[in-house]
Amino acid sequence: MTEDNTTPSQRRGLSRRRMLGLTGTGAAVGAATFAGGLGVGRATADTVPAGGAMRRYPFYAPHQSGIVTPAQDRLHFAAFDVTATTREELVTLLQAWTLAAAEMTQGRPAQAEETSYDAPPADTGEADGLPASGLTLTFGFGPSLFRDAHGKDRFGIAARQPRELAALPHFPGDKLDPSRSDGDLCVQACADDPQVAVHAIRNLSRIAFGSAQIRWAQLGFGRTSSTSTAQATPRNLFGFKDGTANLKAEEAGQADEHVWVGQRDDPAAGWMTGGSYLVARRINMRLETWDRASLREQETIIGRDRPQGAPLSGGTEFTEPDLAAKGRGGVPLIAADSHVRLAHPHTNGGVRMLRRGYNFTDGNDAIGRLDAGLFFLAYVRRPSAQYVPMQMRMARQDAMMEYVQHTGSGLFAIPPGARDGGHIGQTLFA
Amino acid sequence: MSRRTSSLVITAALAATALAGCTSNSPSGDASGDHAKLSVSSDAKTCDVSSKEAPSGNVVFNVTNKGSQVTEFYLLGEDGLRIVGEVENIAPGLTRDLVVKATPGKYFTACKPGMVGQGIRSAFTVTDSGADLEPSGDDKVLAQNASTGYASYVKDQTEQLLTKTGSFVSLYKAGKDDQARALYADARRHWERVEPVAESFGDLDPKMDLREADLEPKQKWTGWHRIEKDLWPPKTGYTRLTPAQRATVADQLLTDTRTLYNRTRTTTFTADQIANGSKELLGEVATGKVTGEEETWSHTDLWDFQANVDGARVGFENLRPIVQRKDKTLDTSIATKFTALQKLLDQHKKGDGFVLYTELTPAQVKELASGVNALSEPLSKLTSTVTL
Repeated sequence: MTEDNTTPSQRRGLSRRRMLGLTGTGAAVGAATFAGGLGVGRATADTVPAGGAMRRYPFYAPHQSGIVTPAQDRLHFAAFDVTATTREELVTLLQAWTLAAAEMTQGRPAQAEETSYDAPPADTGEADGLPASGLTLTFGFGPSLFRDAHGKDRFGIAARQPRELAALPHFPGDKLDPSRSDGDLCVQACADDPQVAVHAIRNLSRIAFGSAQIRWAQLGFGRTSSTSTAQATPRNLFGFKDGTANLKAEEAGQADEHVWVGQRDDPAAGWMTGGSYLVARRINMRLETWDRASLREQETIIGRDRPQGAPLSGGTEFTEPDLAAKGRGGVPLIAADSHVRLAHPHTNGGVRMLRRGYNFTDGNDAIGRLDAGLFFLAYVRRPSAQYVPMQMRMARQDAMMEYVQHTGSGLFAIPPGARDGGHIGQTLFA
Repeated sequence: MSRRTSSLVITAALAATALAGCTSNSPSGDASGDHAKLSVSSDAKTCDVSSKEAPSGNVVFNVTNKGSQVTEFYLLGEDGLRIVGEVENIAPGLTRDLVVKATPGKYFTACKPGMVGQGIRSAFTVTDSGADLEPSGDDKVLAQNASTGYASYVKDQTEQLLTKTGSFVSLYKAGKDDQARALYADARRHWERVEPVAESFGDLDPKMDLREADLEPKQKWTGWHRIEKDLWPPKTGYTRLTPAQRATVADQLLTDTRTLYNRTRTTTFTADQIANGSKELLGEVATGKVTGEEETWSHTDLWDFQANVDGARVGFENLRPIVQRKDKTLDTSIATKFTALQKLLDQHKKGDGFVLYTELTPAQVKELASGVNALSEPLSKLTSTVTL
């Protein structure tokens, strides 16, 4: 957590042993902040106040970083298929990933070994000279890591598969592309510099060759959620502020209630304590038709005004929507099929999610439409209660569904953070 | 099938004002180039308009609700009764625009906090700017004509739909699959022509036009596409419906069609509903038909495509007398692009119908998509034009 004044060339000279020593310091600070409550709010305070590129978050911590961490601007998300066939190979991969992640999140090369002039460099190099840029790397396990398509226990961990880690149901309107869905492992790389995020995924996938290969990946060019009250609410590609009512790191007790898996949540999966579940959905937006909708229709669908994001029941952006407010003729000011109403905790039995989505565009499709939308990422304690019922209701009723199509999907168990000297997922393989 | 069920309902709030003549939520569609922009501040006791007068032409009132109750803002005629324009449902803290095309004369402005009573009124004058404004007196008549014309189209289409659906389900129930397949797309075109109207009945659309991908787990699948799959079954992994199951699905479709028929006998339409319906029909083409997602099994998407375009064109034609008065350029642009799109579609005609979607090359699909976009853009301005 202390400012590292070494130059990239000096860093290259550091031995792996020395590197581990440095990260040990970071972990101690991280643990101390967690003792005081929500880690990330504090971690922000501990980092260089200038923020931006100088931000650094600890990798070794009770909870993985990249969840309640204030949402960074850029994303590179990757899902992997494990090609390793033994438990040992899989654990070795997770150990190697852990070491590399602990380095890269501190703004150092993925692997610092000195290599011969006749050998390929240990790190791919494109992030040399760049600061940590707030990089976080968050790892997860898909259902298929526990059991293959035939139900076979692949790595001797099937008995520990969490109840909540069950494939998501088909939601009305889904048009999921198998080549953009699921996966045995996932890595969410978030940073304020896209080069840093891409560098991280590139090096992790390089380390994985022989044990795992990328199944699909998604770049996100701009965050659409704020996870801290210190952040302004960004806009999605519909032009509206998104995630105003998102769960924020500063809300005392809310992360424990809605995000982190508790000790008694699932007796078979005690290893998930302090972890979370990640729902990833690639949501294509039909921008061309949306842009032809009147502002009246757009605001009615969203349930907020476009200029400031105020609910149509009145007030300003952060005014609580009044779902009962009526206008002329007793018509609800916030329409029955509006997004705000259907996504609101009141409509969903009080449950909340921590949303961490990103705007994306992958160029255009074959008929000249922008292939763009929202890469939805949400961290929840119980997907079956916090995501599935809400998405089912939205898929059925949300007026916005006319303008979106879900084209990719994944559900991952996010284990707790690694402790210094340990590795990601250690509690699962212990 | 649209995944939204409230297409016409959304605009219901606007319906009353459309006939009255003038309301819009955005200060666009300004034919004369410049316009007066006034601000209005409304609270429980006051209704402050930034100026007591404005030059004739498009006048924009930017209304901010500074009170604690939902408010409305009106521009009333000299008699204090005739509504020239209104904007309603402005919640506390929100700002909304009212755009009116105002001819010289005396008016009243009025805020109505709490949406009750006479409102807080002030005199307002529109001076003569020399702008060439058509008299707006017979807008109401033109809108009435458009409604009558469009309503009879809807009645006619639903009547034909009922007749052909009756024949279709008889053939299907009797196991005359070849004949049923031949009638499928032809019967459906009457549905597709008036789709936004059918969708406005939220209960009917999911029963009649749901695609398999739109089903919820355990939801019973009925309607056109259920039968479509049974008539064009996938080669593997599908069991054809038994005669009894066929009869159930067929009878349900006919019953639902009859309900639709009955409900559309007396429907009336406002100008903005017709205009929005046209826009939505092109939206349907853009999202479902041009991508081949509507008719997954029969691949008769081009029949639906044509029917959606037909319905949109009829809506536009009914509104044309209004559009021609308000924005000649827009009128020409929309008309030209309808013709161009029809030419593209005509290339794929085969007999009484069309080639299958699967016979189109990627380049042809792209060309059609481009034609849809070209028309959809000016068409999206239709509502604001006919309601200003």
